[in-house]
Amino acid sequence: MAERILKNISSRGLKNALKGNDYRKEATISYAILIVGFILLQAGAATGLIGHNLQGQFVPICVYCSLAVSLNLVVGISGELSLGHAGFMAVGAFSGILVSRIIGPSLAFEPAVVLISMLFGALMAAAAGFVIGIPILGLRGDYLAIVTLAFGEIIRNLMNVLYFGLDNGRLRFAFNHSIEGIENADRIITGAIGATGTKTMATFTWGLLLCLFTVFVVLNIKNSKQGRAIMSIRDNRIAGESIGLDVRKYKLMAFVVSAALAGMAGCLFGLNYSTLVPVKFNFNTSVLILVFVVLGGVGNIWGGIIAAALLTVLPEAFRQFADYRMLTYAVVLILVMICTYNPTLKARITGIWSKIKPFKKQSESKGKGKNKKGRKGAA
Amino acid sequence: MADKKDMRNERRDIDISDSGHAYENRQEIYYNDNVGGRAVFVDSKEQYAPDEPYNDQVFIPEKDRGKAPILEVKNLGIDFGGLTAVDNFNLTLGRTEIGGLIGPNGAGKTTIFNMLTKVYEPTRGEIFFDGKSTKGMDTVDINKAGMARTFQNIRLFDKLTVEENIKVALHHTTNYGLIDGMLHTPKYRHEEFRIRKEAMKYLKIFGMTKTADYRAGSLPYGAQRRLEIMRALATKPKLLLLDEPAAGMNPSETTELMDTIREIRDRFQIAVFLIEHDMSLVMGICEGIVVLNYGRVIAKGWPEEIQSNPKVIEAYLGKSRGKMEEEEEKEKNDIEAALRKGRLESAASGKPDAAGKVGE
Repeated sequence: MAERILKNISSRGLKNALKGNDYRKEATISYAILIVGFILLQAGAATGLIGHNLQGQFVPICVYCSLAVSLNLVVGISGELSLGHAGFMAVGAFSGILVSRIIGPSLAFEPAVVLISMLFGALMAAAAGFVIGIPILGLRGDYLAIVTLAFGEIIRNLMNVLYFGLDNGRLRFAFNHSIEGIENADRIITGAIGATGTKTMATFTWGLLLCLFTVFVVLNIKNSKQGRAIMSIRDNRIAGESIGLDVRKYKLMAFVVSAALAGMAGCLFGLNYSTLVPVKFNFNTSVLILVFVVLGGVGNIWGGIIAAALLTVLPEAFRQFADYRMLTYAVVLILVMICTYNPTLKARITGIWSKIKPFKKQSESKGKGKNKKGRKGAA
Repeated sequence: MADKKDMRNERRDIDISDSGHAYENRQEIYYNDNVGGRAVFVDSKEQYAPDEPYNDQVFIPEKDRGKAPILEVKNLGIDFGGLTAVDNFNLTLGRTEIGGLIGPNGAGKTTIFNMLTKVYEPTRGEIFFDGKSTKGMDTVDINKAGMARTFQNIRLFDKLTVEENIKVALHHTTNYGLIDGMLHTPKYRHEEFRIRKEAMKYLKIFGMTKTADYRAGSLPYGAQRRLEIMRALATKPKLLLLDEPAAGMNPSETTELMDTIREIRDRFQIAVFLIEHDMSLVMGICEGIVVLNYGRVIAKGWPEEIQSNPKVIEAYLGKSRGKMEEEEEKEKNDIEAALRKGRLESAASGKPDAAGKVGE
């Protein structure tokens, strides 16, 4: 991916890379934000500008960025409101941890363990998304939102009573407290206490790779046959059917891919902590991810990334005001809603923006002139 | 030295000259091969009687007589609750016919389109498309079978570009899977390049290649209508259903549209069935016309026949004054007669209450 961007930049210049169609522009901006952010944070950590507390947030920031992007596939591209994203994250986290504990001791090469765990987490989350998606995707709008919320909670509550343990190399599991079979076992997941004794293998680099992969997949889908089908069903369901698009299939596709990516992110999240409780994946987390998406602009990939990063960093940076956190949240959200749906304000902001950056316009028109000349020459 | 071309540059490289007649030259084409329908309706009947048994072969233009009809509708009807919206609708459409469906507002024209495309399931009757019954098919199957439509209230994919709108319609001919789409494999690149070329071909028909990068929702009304026709056409149908294609177009745009519909029919060799209120368009290009009123067929035939049909004139313009007075007179007489009869009856039986009162 990085190669592609470098190629873009080197072969045609950054300006040209930004000037192509919407897809190329969006991709370039998203990758650039991720890579620049990564470099800045790494540099900050190396020079000691960024404290230990914030360094501990590096992986969660990446995870939330990735989640914001994957939820955008459902909310922005497919146009359905999903409130159960944390549920898929939980599935990915616990199944990933399970795999890492099983294969961890026998496989010395750590990155392979992480990769396999993440893939397995994605697979399990996709399966969960598929099973849940089939019955509910006939629903629309608010009803779908409520049912996804319910399923998210069901998944979390299942995790609350699920016990997994290794007994002489054999995997055993039980529900609730009927744990006779795994009494002597080496417990991996212990109901509401969650996963304990996980070897923390997640690193910032893995976080970056996760984000890049998520952006890569989501943007590619958006610019493919499948993405076009998903978006056209969002724009006009009846017209979509009239040109032969299977509505349920494509809604399900968006839902499952989004769930798989959430599972992958969840797995990395799980591998970041030695102890992980299922409560972490409650309704609040789902809403938080949705807030990232809304704040960044529904359907806007890089907007979601920025929103996720900021909203994860800021509470950490202003820890002393933690009591007012939810209050500020509400106020900020209301302000954002008012601003984004206010054309007068938008026009004023863009007006100010163009005044601040007069040189930007000039350089653009210069670029255009050059391009035209180039075309004439080619013809 | 860019090894990969910019998308826009690639588009300019596409050779569209093989796509047949250029949009601008279409006038000549039409004057050369005069397929306008008038003369081909040889033995259609003077007037259509809705109660006659199913026998519609006579309404197919002569050039399509030898082939099996593309669409056969027999005794089609639908009820919404207690209301019969359409009843006893019969139709046979030739392979390359341009058929018209007209009627006053609320006559049930769009309902018939909705039944043909299975947006509504008909209550009665059968539809045979390309020789096969469409029973049990849904909208998606109907489209895959080869019937495409446009909508009275335009239904475009507003947030997609014009080009993407056509590409979506080419969905089933785009040959790659989800994994290719996710990872943009060489297969994806190859197919995307191919369908971009094809999409441009379709846009060329209406001369819309310049607007390819615009959002569909931002186009002017007439262009949106044309794009919708292109999108329907891109699904490679055998029958194209157009629901008021000229609505909101000015006279010159309508004339252009007429030419284009004929061009589409000739180039793709498909049948077209259209609903339209603009009589200049209907009378100009349709080879067979069905007139609907209150959900029933009131006339069928070729354009001149329809224009002079008293039932059609009545449905559109109302009854003539003399006839109206005559009917009013008749109605009055009927009511009077009924009243008189009622009075006589009540007098004869003698209502008990009244009788009692009289007695007191």
